[in-house]
Amino acid sequence: MSKTVSIITENFGKYDPGSIDSYLSIGGFSAVKKALTMSSAEIIEMTKKAAVKGRGGAAYDTGRKWAQAASVPGEDKVVICNADEGEPCTFKDRSILSKDPFRLIEGMIIAGYTVGAKNGYIYLREEYRHLRPLIRNAIDESVAKGYLGENIINTGFSFHIHLYSGAGAYVCGEGSTLIESIEGKSGRPRIKPPFIKECGLFQLPTLVNNVETLAIAAAFIQHGVEEYLSHGTAGSPGTKIISLAGNVKNPGAYEIPFGLTLKEIIYDIGGGITDGHELKLLQLGGASGKIGPAAIVNTPYTYEDLAKEGLVVGSGGILVVDDRTRVIDFVKSIQDFFIHESCGKCTPCREGNRQISKIIDRFVEGRQQPDDLQTAERFANIMSNCAFCGLGETAQSTLLSAIKHFPEEFGLTEVAENEKH
Amino acid sequence: MNRTKTEGFGILTRELAQEIDKTINLYQSNSTKLVGILLDIQGIIPKQYIPREVAAYVSEKMNIPLSKIYDVISFYAALSDVPRADYVIQLCDSVVCKVTGNTTLRDTISQLLGIKEQESTPDGKYWLEYTPCFGACDISPAMRINGKVFGHLTSQDSVKAVFDQYR
Amino acid sequence: MKNIKIKIDNIDVIVPEGTTILEAAKKVKINIPHLCYHPDQAIKANCRLCVVDVSGSKKLTAACSSFVYEGMEVHTNTKKVRDMQKGILELILANHDQDCLKCLRNGNCELQALCQRFNISKTNLEDTVDALPLDDTNPSLIRDSAKCVKCNRCVDACQKVQEVHVLTHSHRSVHYNITPAYEMPLEQTFCVFCGQCAAVCPVGAIVEKDDTAKVWDAIYDPKKHVIVQVAPAVRVALGDAFNLPKGSIVTGKMVAALRRLGFDKIFDTNFTADLTIMEEGNELIQRLTKGGTLPMITSCSPGWINFIEGRYDHLLDHLSSCKSPQQMFGALSKSYYPEIAGIGSKNVYTVSIMPCTAKKYEAQRPEMITNGMPEVDAVLTTRELARMIQSAGIDFVGLEEDQFDNPFGIGTGAGAIFGATGGVMEAALRTAYEVITGKGLPGLNFTEVRGLSGIKESTVLIDDMELKVAVAHGLGNAKILLKQIEKGESPYAFIEIMACPGGCIGGGGQPIKSTREVKEKRMEAIYKIDEDLPLRKSHKNPDVLKLYENYLGEPLGHKSHQLLHTHYHSRGMKYNFSELTK
Repeated sequence: MSKTVSIITENFGKYDPGSIDSYLSIGGFSAVKKALTMSSAEIIEMTKKAAVKGRGGAAYDTGRKWAQAASVPGEDKVVICNADEGEPCTFKDRSILSKDPFRLIEGMIIAGYTVGAKNGYIYLREEYRHLRPLIRNAIDESVAKGYLGENIINTGFSFHIHLYSGAGAYVCGEGSTLIESIEGKSGRPRIKPPFIKECGLFQLPTLVNNVETLAIAAAFIQHGVEEYLSHGTAGSPGTKIISLAGNVKNPGAYEIPFGLTLKEIIYDIGGGITDGHELKLLQLGGASGKIGPAAIVNTPYTYEDLAKEGLVVGSGGILVVDDRTRVIDFVKSIQDFFIHESCGKCTPCREGNRQISKIIDRFVEGRQQPDDLQTAERFANIMSNCAFCGLGETAQSTLLSAIKHFPEEFGLTEVAENEKH
Repeated sequence: MNRTKTEGFGILTRELAQEIDKTINLYQSNSTKLVGILLDIQGIIPKQYIPREVAAYVSEKMNIPLSKIYDVISFYAALSDVPRADYVIQLCDSVVCKVTGNTTLRDTISQLLGIKEQESTPDGKYWLEYTPCFGACDISPAMRINGKVFGHLTSQDSVKAVFDQYR
Repeated sequence: MKNIKIKIDNIDVIVPEGTTILEAAKKVKINIPHLCYHPDQAIKANCRLCVVDVSGSKKLTAACSSFVYEGMEVHTNTKKVRDMQKGILELILANHDQDCLKCLRNGNCELQALCQRFNISKTNLEDTVDALPLDDTNPSLIRDSAKCVKCNRCVDACQKVQEVHVLTHSHRSVHYNITPAYEMPLEQTFCVFCGQCAAVCPVGAIVEKDDTAKVWDAIYDPKKHVIVQVAPAVRVALGDAFNLPKGSIVTGKMVAALRRLGFDKIFDTNFTADLTIMEEGNELIQRLTKGGTLPMITSCSPGWINFIEGRYDHLLDHLSSCKSPQQMFGALSKSYYPEIAGIGSKNVYTVSIMPCTAKKYEAQRPEMITNGMPEVDAVLTTRELARMIQSAGIDFVGLEEDQFDNPFGIGTGAGAIFGATGGVMEAALRTAYEVITGKGLPGLNFTEVRGLSGIKESTVLIDDMELKVAVAHGLGNAKILLKQIEKGESPYAFIEIMACPGGCIGGGGQPIKSTREVKEKRMEAIYKIDEDLPLRKSHKNPDVLKLYENYLGEPLGHKSHQLLHTHYHSRGMKYNFSELTK
């Protein structure tokens, strides 16, 4: 377990997340105190230096995002904390929400101060409703102690946080869809332009950040970026909380420095495969991420190395699958997920998923037609090229990468062999 | 249809109407909080769903078109427009729980309840549904009963032990 | 506004900033395929058929929702673009009931046209349709989910234009649907049956209930004397169905066609439009002079009536008690007409040709009964009439012109303009002015109440009385005026409301593709009919005057009340929650 680190997670277990006094006793709110003495430009500079890529999955540079949000004109802006982590095999934000809610609040205040927002919204997924009282309490206690609300610790800066509940919809993890949901509507993505950074929640300029991203910001403001940057690689500096699960002995959320190999993560941190089985495949970044074969385990866990294998860090989910699972069954399970979660608005996603599901079902039952695989691939490509939002674009990542890496499981061994030569 | 009569409301009693009013007031009748309001209202309705008369009541109270409320109810997985049960049992059917082996959990629950997914027991006590990942992968296979999460459900005995708490 | 230069398929195009790729392509005669796009509606970008290749972009771009930028290079016809567009079309088709030969939109279907364009012959997809059951229990509209392509045009019409909010998208993924709340049938919702949804549907998912078979049966029944009335807005729209230029006036050919179809007498609803003015004008004068609820609101548009009876039933006192011109005609057709024609009233079968789907609903209202018989036996929309003419093999364009029959064959210009928004108001003002002042009108045209602005108002000086009036078309606009009344802030004495945008020329039963541009042409045609008529004031219609002299007595008299007026009442669509909140 020595391969894990604790920067983002440094407070985990160190205080009672239900008590602001407990939080203050370990130096809580020193990040906010420090940030409010800095200028917006200084914080943005620091954020750029930390080179944090958005931890929701899109991996957009946080410093750049904050700089853009700060430069958008507007008296009234909004910061949204996206706590709707819905990718299967992703529960790292849950660890922050349940073990260190006050640091999240600090991160939001800092983000709000930096971009010039007056209001912040936490969009908490319904599946985490058991955490609602804890977060509600963290907000209320912060307000009561003057760390949140009007005139925060007498600096003249005011910032309010509102807690909103999701109601079970993966697509609401997408920024504009999340905004629709906070506005009390069904979660279907908006047309862009206008872009949410200019015209988002309630038509106001809006910054959307993931829970982990905001927690990191609070951490490096508190301690400076040096400690954070002492970890990781040149291309992927710093640390990341991963959600490790599946057929590993020790599943869980772990903070790791970028650059560990997948093998180190699975065997040294995860304790290896359960029941003496063999690793078969990995899925990184949740259902919208691609899958890779066991052969990739020596790849370092960095943005750049994974990209070479056609994989992504995404939300930080690492799903370990051993030889007990058939690839086609795995693909079906992912397909069932998207059939449940497509919002239905656009044709490629709604009808593409409907048709591809029928084909995958035939494969599962061994009654596939000769053209089926070709048809599925064709429509998977149409989905990734033409769908309205990221959900439809990435829904077939699993299928396409499964066909690529495991052609034999689709009855394609000979074709694949021919292509090699 | 006889919508002008009040006897026909069934579920929507005067007491429930007052509770709904309270909920709506708690959210300052703010239409942007519709999703949260509906979740809370569903929580106080027996069988955990939102019948048409309740949706119409909310529509009138909050001045939101009924069709919009229905769009929201039908869209979100956590809201239901059909009666469920006293206990809503949600089995995680996501890929992680599949991989870690949730067949024992599925079979045991089906056996105990004698129903399939999207069904309720004849006494209206249990409703069974399969849901996507609710972020309990570290303790998978997992299920939720009325929102409470239970994990490591790999054996019949472990499932029965949880179920016994809800008899 | 700044101009932007782009290239589409290597052709230079210069368009104003803020133009979409789809609209820019039209300029160079490229029709990018589309289904959800509609020129009068907000951008939806959900069908994705309009995807094109924009240089520098990895994925394809929706042309309907993407705005041009300087130096943009667009390709609309590459292999990739075509393959993807075709694939999307196949996807739509796979979940669409392909029973085209039996569909009312056969030959006039945007999906069919696209399939032809893309030469869809075979697909590898499984095409079992997953859909909600048919909704066909109301008299006006049929909703067939199995044909729905989920473009959301109808939702736009219902929510944004009409603000009736009956249709919505609901559920998600493969269960995504267009439906009223809780999948209720339309007649159990606040639906007003205006048919604006059907008018914008690209396919046959929402269509008028076809009553042509019923009318054919009546025509073929030797015992029945089948008479027909034609509404003012039909004659400027029917030509669309026969590829005549938009806004063609086809009154004479239309009468000729109706005669060939076998109707015994062909009458003009313009006549009862004039009669409506006599009654409604006098009702207004009475309310103004003797007291009564003001503002008074017109009652000719059955979509509007359904709206106020449904949602605003507390404002019913504001409605004129007049029946609509259709029902006034119907009432006379079962009373006065059989008497003077010497025909047993039970043998008269009255058909209306209307631009409207709500007229079907109106004709079936239980109170629209005269002498124990329904006043109107069958209502056909303009579209259905076109189908009957086509079905009979009549070469409409080549027909010699014919004339309406007496005694309901003369309509003045005032009756004619009922077909356009503002027309009833203008007609009423022409008459009210002269009746109140006893003087001739200096100028006949009340141009302030004409045109397509959502709400129009005017102040008319009648002697020393200032009469403030307003006109609204489209129920979203009507709502604004109703809210003023609710608050007690309405400055008006008289309000005209038409349910459909543009008035009856834009009715839900008019030929498909009645865009704003087309409505403008129809409107011009309506006012041309008015200008060209020798008589332009309702109270100068000699046959109307004769009708009063010989039969009705006087406006608002006993007989008029019996035949031409009615009571509007709550539809009882609202829940009554008052018991719960006591």
